[in-house]
Amino acid sequence: MGLRVVTMWSGDGTIESMKQNHEVKLNLIHCYRSMNYIARHMEETYGIPWMEYNFFGPTKIEASIRAIAARFDGKIREQAEAVITKYRPFMDAVVEKYRPRLGGKKVMLYVGGLRPRHVIGAYEDLGMEVIGTGYEFGHADDYQRTFPQVKEGTVIYDDVTQFEFDELVKKLEPDLVGSGIKEKYVFQKMGVPFRQMHSWDYSGPYHGYQGFPIFARDMDMAVNSPTWDLVRAPWK
Amino acid sequence: MKTAEWINTKEYKELNFARKSLVINPTKACQPLGSFFCAAGFEKTLAYEHGSQGCTAYFRNNLSRHYREPFPAVSDSMTEDAAVFGGRANMIEGLRNAYEIYQPEMIAMCTSCMSEVIGDDLKAFISNSRDAESVPANLPVAFAHTPSFVGSHLTGYDSMLLGIIETLSEGASEEGIRNGKINIIPGFDPHVENIRELKRYMKLMDVDCTILADNSESLDSPLTGEYEMYKGKTTLAEAADSVNAVATLSMQAYSTLKTLKAFKIKYGQEIEAFHYPMGISAFDQFLMKVSEITEKPIPEAIEWERGLAVDAATDAHQYFHGRRFSLFGDPDLMMGLVGFLMELGGEPVHIVSTNGTKKWVKMMEKTLAASPHGSEAQIHAGRDLWHMRSLLMTEPVEMLIGNSHGKYAAKDAGIPHVRIGFPIVDRVNLHRYATLGYKGAINLITWIANALIEEVDRKSDDAHFELLR
Repeated sequence: MGLRVVTMWSGDGTIESMKQNHEVKLNLIHCYRSMNYIARHMEETYGIPWMEYNFFGPTKIEASIRAIAARFDGKIREQAEAVITKYRPFMDAVVEKYRPRLGGKKVMLYVGGLRPRHVIGAYEDLGMEVIGTGYEFGHADDYQRTFPQVKEGTVIYDDVTQFEFDELVKKLEPDLVGSGIKEKYVFQKMGVPFRQMHSWDYSGPYHGYQGFPIFARDMDMAVNSPTWDLVRAPWK
Repeated sequence: MKTAEWINTKEYKELNFARKSLVINPTKACQPLGSFFCAAGFEKTLAYEHGSQGCTAYFRNNLSRHYREPFPAVSDSMTEDAAVFGGRANMIEGLRNAYEIYQPEMIAMCTSCMSEVIGDDLKAFISNSRDAESVPANLPVAFAHTPSFVGSHLTGYDSMLLGIIETLSEGASEEGIRNGKINIIPGFDPHVENIRELKRYMKLMDVDCTILADNSESLDSPLTGEYEMYKGKTTLAEAADSVNAVATLSMQAYSTLKTLKAFKIKYGQEIEAFHYPMGISAFDQFLMKVSEITEKPIPEAIEWERGLAVDAATDAHQYFHGRRFSLFGDPDLMMGLVGFLMELGGEPVHIVSTNGTKKWVKMMEKTLAASPHGSEAQIHAGRDLWHMRSLLMTEPVEMLIGNSHGKYAAKDAGIPHVRIGFPIVDRVNLHRYATLGYKGAINLITWIANALIEEVDRKSDDAHFELLR
């Protein structure tokens, strides 16, 4: 896109580069829950605008790239379009490969931070449907940001207990649950495919153009693993 | 240097696969090795090779290297003069010495290429030896012709087993008499724990069975401060009575082609041939067959164990799914491994079996076609490990599975190598672990998944060297 990344918080950032943050034109925040505070602080103190973006799945990636480019001049916008054009065939190929295997599958999420809303688009790109989602420690503003991302009838839950989550899954019968390590083996024991959506189940990354093929592959292996056919003994 | 690079190319692979008159590192061993292996399963039985010493030394050597156990066996030490005049004198003297020194209750005799080329007649020579009072008239001397210019260790196992059954059961088979038991033939199975597991499952199912032949203790016995030569666990009486069983099940069809046929045709039994049923589904099928034949239900205790294996499979599926594997070895082992890998979502890519037959290829094709994970697979019957090397270098995979002989190709290809099969001479104790049954499935999952994960760690730079995998 031709943008210059001055610094990153925190990840691969350095103290030296973070010291220059007050001079940037725009702050981009991935995790709203953790970073909106510092972004607001810089906005108030240094007048730096900020915006959220979502790099999960091609639809959201393209929308985010365009929204970011819109904050800059024509050259950047042109280059942003070039990036989108360059990666579109790769994304189409991923969708073409996995959509037939995953289309129509129902997903329930229960994670933290931004994921309960941000990954919905990626699932939808694969033809999957998120039928329930919720945050462990979401605030009202997280839910305000979530409602526009989900379809009418999606079940939203806040800070559910394991008991409540189990009951919801039993009732709604999703094909895949995405949550954390403490939930993983409960659902697997029930025979429900599962992916950890905090750690990407030690796989990933799932965001960006390079992450989407990994995301698609991992969701496919969870949902379509032949091991699920073994759950019942054939003599029973 | 130029040649070292050239042998990694597609061009070289084409030439390699056009090779006709040379075999390099075949995935098989000699017939008499299989005969010795089989003989070790019977009570107080001495493995005897009518042939040259060097052959016997080789079989003992290989068996001892794999199991890290003694492997007693004798030869009648044929040399140049025997090659000219025949080995009758060697056998008369050899049987006398063998009996006098080792006091066996049965002698299981096979041949080597040398005695086969001369055309020595074992039946006649044994009869001559009896006339010469080399061995007592009632001592069973079972025999099998085992030339290694045809067949393999599997043929040798099959022929010796049939020879022993026929010798011991003479007059024991009566029409209409059934002893209510089933026979289980493990076949040439280098993982001795499998035999113990099979016996345990049969006990859990309350099924009375005879293992033909139970060499588990000959090849894995306690260290007590005393050496005992004979450790074969199948008694001669049981073996004689095996012809009166209700059914005979073979765990490895290609180890028991002739023997199973005899149990069916000569002894009128129901037979069933399995193909080394590794993994959960294949072993389910085995137990269900036993249950069907014996009308004994599969108990809760077995279902509980099965559940543990299913749990291990789901926990580890992400390390198998879509991963590319190359495998080599005996035809039944290949069938078992392919089924196991596909059950976890793994993708067999190169399947090399020097002993593979046309029929085996057809069966393998059918198995592969039944799963979406079999679509990438190539079946290479009659090929060897030098072919395998070309395959690994030109069409990369993520792991090689097979016996120790695969280590050079795996090293050149830079991939991990999980050792299953015979011989395993560069790792310890693997023969003490089951590869069949639900515990066997857990072992396979553990070995393969951990080897793949270790490879990730080994190849990770500091920034990607993660605690969680």
